[in-house]
Amino acid sequence: MIHDQATYARESEDVREPLLSEKGSSTVDVSAESPLPDDLTREEVTLPSPSEPEIARHYTRLSQMNWSIDSGSYPLGSCTMKYNPAFTEDVAADPNAAVHPDRPDESVQGNLELMHRLQEFLAEIGGMDAVTLQPPAGAAGELTGILIAKAYHEHHGNDRSEVVIPASAHGTNFATAATAGYDVVELPSGEDGRVDLEALTAAVGEDTAALMLTNPNTVGLFERDIAEIADIVHDAGGLLYYDGANLNALLGRGRPGDMGFDVMHYNVHKTFATPHGGGGPGAGPVGVTDRLAEFLPSPRVREAETGRGYERFEPAESIGKVHGFQGNWLVLIKAYAYIARLGDDGLADAAAKAVLNANYLAERIELDVPHGPFHHEFAATAGDRDAADVAKRMLDFGVHPPTTKWPEMVPEAMLTEPTEIENKSSLDDLASAFNLAYSDVEEALENAPNRTAASRIDQVGAARNPRLSWQALDEE
Amino acid sequence: MSGSPYAPHTDAETEAMLEAIGVDREEALFDIPDDVAFDGAFGIDGHTERGIREECAALFERNDDAVEFLGRGHYGHYVPSVVDHLSDRSEFLTSYTQYQPEVSQGFLQALFEYQSMLVELTGLPVANCSMYDAATALAEAAMLADRVRATGGDVVLVPDHLREGKRAVLENYCDGADLTVEAYPMDDGIADVDALTDRVDDDVVMVYAENPTVRGCIEERLAAIGDVADENDALFTLGSDVVALSVLEEPASVGADAVVGEAGALGLPTSYGMGLGVFACRDDYLRQVPGRLVGASEDADGTRAFTLTLQTREQHIRKERATSNICTNQAWVALRAAIHAASIGPDGLVDLANDCVREAAALAAQIDELPGATAPVHDRHHFREFTVRTEQPAAAIAGDLANDGFAVHVVGEHLLQVCVTDLNADRTDDLVAAFTEVI
Repeated sequence: MIHDQATYARESEDVREPLLSEKGSSTVDVSAESPLPDDLTREEVTLPSPSEPEIARHYTRLSQMNWSIDSGSYPLGSCTMKYNPAFTEDVAADPNAAVHPDRPDESVQGNLELMHRLQEFLAEIGGMDAVTLQPPAGAAGELTGILIAKAYHEHHGNDRSEVVIPASAHGTNFATAATAGYDVVELPSGEDGRVDLEALTAAVGEDTAALMLTNPNTVGLFERDIAEIADIVHDAGGLLYYDGANLNALLGRGRPGDMGFDVMHYNVHKTFATPHGGGGPGAGPVGVTDRLAEFLPSPRVREAETGRGYERFEPAESIGKVHGFQGNWLVLIKAYAYIARLGDDGLADAAAKAVLNANYLAERIELDVPHGPFHHEFAATAGDRDAADVAKRMLDFGVHPPTTKWPEMVPEAMLTEPTEIENKSSLDDLASAFNLAYSDVEEALENAPNRTAASRIDQVGAARNPRLSWQALDEE
Repeated sequence: MSGSPYAPHTDAETEAMLEAIGVDREEALFDIPDDVAFDGAFGIDGHTERGIREECAALFERNDDAVEFLGRGHYGHYVPSVVDHLSDRSEFLTSYTQYQPEVSQGFLQALFEYQSMLVELTGLPVANCSMYDAATALAEAAMLADRVRATGGDVVLVPDHLREGKRAVLENYCDGADLTVEAYPMDDGIADVDALTDRVDDDVVMVYAENPTVRGCIEERLAAIGDVADENDALFTLGSDVVALSVLEEPASVGADAVVGEAGALGLPTSYGMGLGVFACRDDYLRQVPGRLVGASEDADGTRAFTLTLQTREQHIRKERATSNICTNQAWVALRAAIHAASIGPDGLVDLANDCVREAAALAAQIDELPGATAPVHDRHHFREFTVRTEQPAAAIAGDLANDGFAVHVVGEHLLQVCVTDLNADRTDDLVAAFTEVI
């Protein structure tokens, strides 16, 4: 399969679609029009002033120069790029749900009940006892979880300074631990790609606040020793944090709470199919076991103590807040709708087909996959080819390539997660793209891509000479 | 229902795939030990699409139908239809972070344009392509201050009138960086610059002010605040929102080193607190900025192209030395804000902002005429919102107003807060009439 991405060109100006500012701006004399005294206003403001038809064409053209799940395969490892069910958009667009966060509880019972239901769904799915919906993204969920761990230790008079993280973990884990004020202890991966129990035992101790673990891990392997891992961490007085990025592999077959995890986040934009929106918004609810419930952010939602309806409340030892209000509400509605659509059978089937697809695709590609048995994703190696070049060449064959050069334990890694939405024939196409690119001549790889809106982009130049606005371009 | 409606495999396909892999059933692909395996019984029933739509619609109908005069950091303005229709194009909505810029030129350019609009509104040369909301953006500014200011201090100064939720988020981030948050006093609704001047010393890494304040007052001595911060080598961070920025003093002109705040005032309808965090700063801090930045470059054909840039700041490369842990952000909301700004243009934006000043003043004057109410409480210019002092307990009045279908804030025992925008400006007479009855 080949794919020519739409493009627009103004060759005389060496640009594709011109910037809004290049289509015409206007300047408003603010101080002249303002009801405020001059010393409280700016003098003028200059912004683009396109007509609505121009806007419609501008953004439609831009959209045509943008790959998406609805364009084709998007097997970015660790990102879980599932189809985003259209109907969830309509559910979330209900104007009755669009209320202000400061409305009193009794006047927003519908919203509170949906939040309560979603808290219960997520608790059940994760094997957790209590859930907050507030964190607005996965990394925000991580921070929430680690702040809860910190508050828990401090509450018990323990001053612990370290968070242990496997080398193969997502970068956010390390950055989160640092943001919460912890020193990071990096755990080298074992020979088989999993946690090495001896190394773990050596790494944990009285300074350990938590171990952050992704399971299946970032090359798709289930940490089979999870019960022992939990014992080692708990015996040292630490807590076990579950990074929910790979939860899609486990739906209906394993729950973090049953594995000994104390606190976890859910990436609803991954596991529960809410749109990724070009980078966000997502949502990163956090679940905890009973002993941590009192530390959750405020507010949480519970059945009202009066017995009628639902109410918000502040947990007794709450860490406070991680978002100014209650998080990414519109995203949470979509997650609720997705879970209610699938139910037990659908959720388990999603995991089964995600794992089936990853295994089938790995079987069909010519690249080696060093670690297994993997689940919903696998890290193939491009061997003596440059994984980034292979990825660029794949763009010419009508697919988005996998995550490249990560995790580092696999040389020239191509971390691939097809998700459950692909069928056999689209996986065969995806495999062809892999194989054609992987076996192509060096020159073709270096010159790729050719069928995309832009050819290979100069990243080094962009960083060396940062131009981050049309004002910066105008100065040249 | 059996199976996921979004997993399209026929039984024959599944069989063929299992055979190709060399196993006889899907279960064989799972490497989960029995002692931690789960039987799949969450107790969650699957529903039809139509059933869920009807059920959720019925649920949301149980929210009271109130006319909201609410603000305090979350603002609703009319969002033109074109914003929904263009941002909902699935090429935008169902894409992710632009790791492969060659197939992501559309979103990259849209975010570059969003950044540029914020550069214009703030006067600062660097703006990222989103934080989660105003509160987390403020917290990130404090983290930036801690990194760039070599004063050895550990205090972040914020106005006494700061939304509680915003301060709570700030404190959570500051705790990890061993920073302390302290409030400086207000003088009739705006910063008490003399008291602030007395307080600022080497211990202070950042001075934060808001314009307008959370009570809707427009600050009058921003440049003086900037000077105080500058003289003490503290970062001056200014909080605002994209509508207010179009008319109020340009942050760069009053010496702001960073601007944070809410951009969801454009593009995002009232949505139960969901936001879009602004983050802009001076060039000096370019390599300390949190979050994603889109830059211009060129492709192999010499054509202008856009790409994420300066990624060595970010968590996926720098790990625990990253400038922030943020990954997933609010990019799609930024796209919506940019479309909204483009669709109304600078004239529409300034008109909208000017109405926020006029309508607030007019409504305050009407309420002030009522016996038992004083508005605005502070003798200042206001933007969108203002406080009302009541002789009767404020909570009782708000409760009575709620029974009449109006929502206002209770911010003190005898203090209400009222916010007026283009969405409720046609109902102010009704609100005043209701006030008259209950006050």
